[in-house]
Amino acid sequence: MTQTPSDGLLLKGRPRVLEGLLETAVRASAVIVIAALVLIFVFVAKEAVPLLTSVDVHQEVTLRTMAVPQQNGEFSWQPVSERPKYSLAPLIIGTLKVTVVALLIAIPLAILAAIYTSEFASQQLRELVKPVVELLAGMPSVVIGFFALMVVATWVQDALGLIFRLNAITAGVGLSLAVIPIVYTVAEDALSAVPQAFRDGSTALGANPWQTAWRVVLPAAMPGVFAACVLGFGRAIGETMIVLMASGNAAVMSLDPAESFRSFSATIAAELGEVVYGSPHYHVLFFIGAFLFLITFFLNLAGHWYVGRLRGRLEGKLKR
Amino acid sequence: MRRWIKFVGLTFTALTGLACLIIVAMLAVILGNIAIHGWPRLSWEFISGEPRAGMTEGGIFPAIFGTVALVLLMTLAVVPLGVAAAIYLHEYARQGSKLVHLVRLALHNLAGVPAIVFGLFGLGFFIKFVGGAMDRAFFGGALAFGQPSILWAALTLAVLTLPTVVVATEEALRAVPRSYREVAYAAGATRWQVVRHVVVPQSVSGILTGTILAVSRGAGEVAPIMFTGAAYYLPYLPKKLNDQFMELGYHIYVLTTQSPDVEATKPILYATVLVLLVLTFALNFLAIIIRSRIRRRLRTA
Repeated sequence: MTQTPSDGLLLKGRPRVLEGLLETAVRASAVIVIAALVLIFVFVAKEAVPLLTSVDVHQEVTLRTMAVPQQNGEFSWQPVSERPKYSLAPLIIGTLKVTVVALLIAIPLAILAAIYTSEFASQQLRELVKPVVELLAGMPSVVIGFFALMVVATWVQDALGLIFRLNAITAGVGLSLAVIPIVYTVAEDALSAVPQAFRDGSTALGANPWQTAWRVVLPAAMPGVFAACVLGFGRAIGETMIVLMASGNAAVMSLDPAESFRSFSATIAAELGEVVYGSPHYHVLFFIGAFLFLITFFLNLAGHWYVGRLRGRLEGKLKR
Repeated sequence: MRRWIKFVGLTFTALTGLACLIIVAMLAVILGNIAIHGWPRLSWEFISGEPRAGMTEGGIFPAIFGTVALVLLMTLAVVPLGVAAAIYLHEYARQGSKLVHLVRLALHNLAGVPAIVFGLFGLGFFIKFVGGAMDRAFFGGALAFGQPSILWAALTLAVLTLPTVVVATEEALRAVPRSYREVAYAAGATRWQVVRHVVVPQSVSGILTGTILAVSRGAGEVAPIMFTGAAYYLPYLPKKLNDQFMELGYHIYVLTTQSPDVEATKPILYATVLVLLVLTFALNFLAIIIRSRIRRRLRTA
């Protein structure tokens, strides 16, 4: 706020000190918000560092052995075996597989629905759809994971005649439920932010509502819609419980979405419970955690950069 | 040509409507399925009883108790901190200052950190670093706080829900008309007096919304508490801050994935999911109602 406060007309001495103390406390809480984010990275990365520096850890695993094929030419993730193997390749493929399936379902659905609510729907309908999406966003991921495992898995298996009950299609359907709310919300915000003048102008030139929506509003809101996709990608790549419950958790090197797989997040969740504190395996799991943090961090930065660009673009256009 | 344009237009509009319908239907199907299968097993005995016979009979009271205790502790930590941060952002800070910019950036990114990374953070920071230091300082190195417990799980969730509280509180602060503040300043009030006696009382409902949303989120998150304090089965309820606890979401996860006899636990599992869903949805619904009131006020302000 920009108003100037009277500097305590009624206060002298002690209360004034109190006033200063309170301001410091309030500012400190704001600083804690920043500190929280920094500490998260520092403390996750700290446990990952021995993977890069410790000689003991290097006897079992190095960054190189995580990337190159093993002696038999295979890439396998078998951290709990006589000769532990830590190939990241199957996990990368698994994570990407499920993310792609989830985004292929979620992005078209969420963006089309956002266009409908912002361009075509009546006020009442809008007030029905928005809370529904919010409820979907509020659904615990463990519940979605449960539903994917118990119900969706059977449906998908029967409908497509698949061999494996738990696969990337089932998990992707479940994951899309977690991604839809964020894509929808950000895209809807972007579309609603397009000034009414754009629509009026388009209508005045003889365009009908869908032409206006498709050729005028959507292109104008494009940075925001793109941000929605980026943020949805970030959400999908980090989601844990749904993938953990519905993926089958087999670290297989296969691009086939009908096979079981294992993702980064699910690997941490499944293995951290049994790992020996301070073992190479422990450090590898934190390394994956730090990696996930960095990916989602940059996706979020990119997403919000695009949102900011949209705002600048619309305001700039209006001024001219 | 004109007919063609009309056809494409209708198809496009219908597609967008269909997408809406599918999303609504997805939610309806999940809710319907869980309600139908969960309802028959639901009873007072189920909610107030202890689990028996290897989780295939009895109730889920310890898990409900643990969840409530967990989110209460979390609320105690996150609400004062989140509200204070929002007050700083909206009432104290110069808009456009570097700190404000950084705090907002941190909030956006904090909201995007994967839940499982919060679990790693809770383990590395709260349990090993803070808890370990407390044990060395106060307990002569004996294991007291350097292990998973309800306190560390609650604090981990508090960090996770911080953005929720700050964003909701700030929205409420924004809805307080500027003239209210100006009147108070004109009467000679200091900044803190304005905040304490004018702004905060006027934004109680927004703070409440943020709290409810945070509680609902916290009650449903499993990944952050898996390694920071949740236990599958405990014969006692948590009494001290460094006790472990049972939790609804974690209970669902373990029952679903590690049950030796899925068919036998299925009715109980569905009923447990129903309890968790009713809990989180009731909270979310309440938050949506309160917030729509604030937004109406924001429009008139």
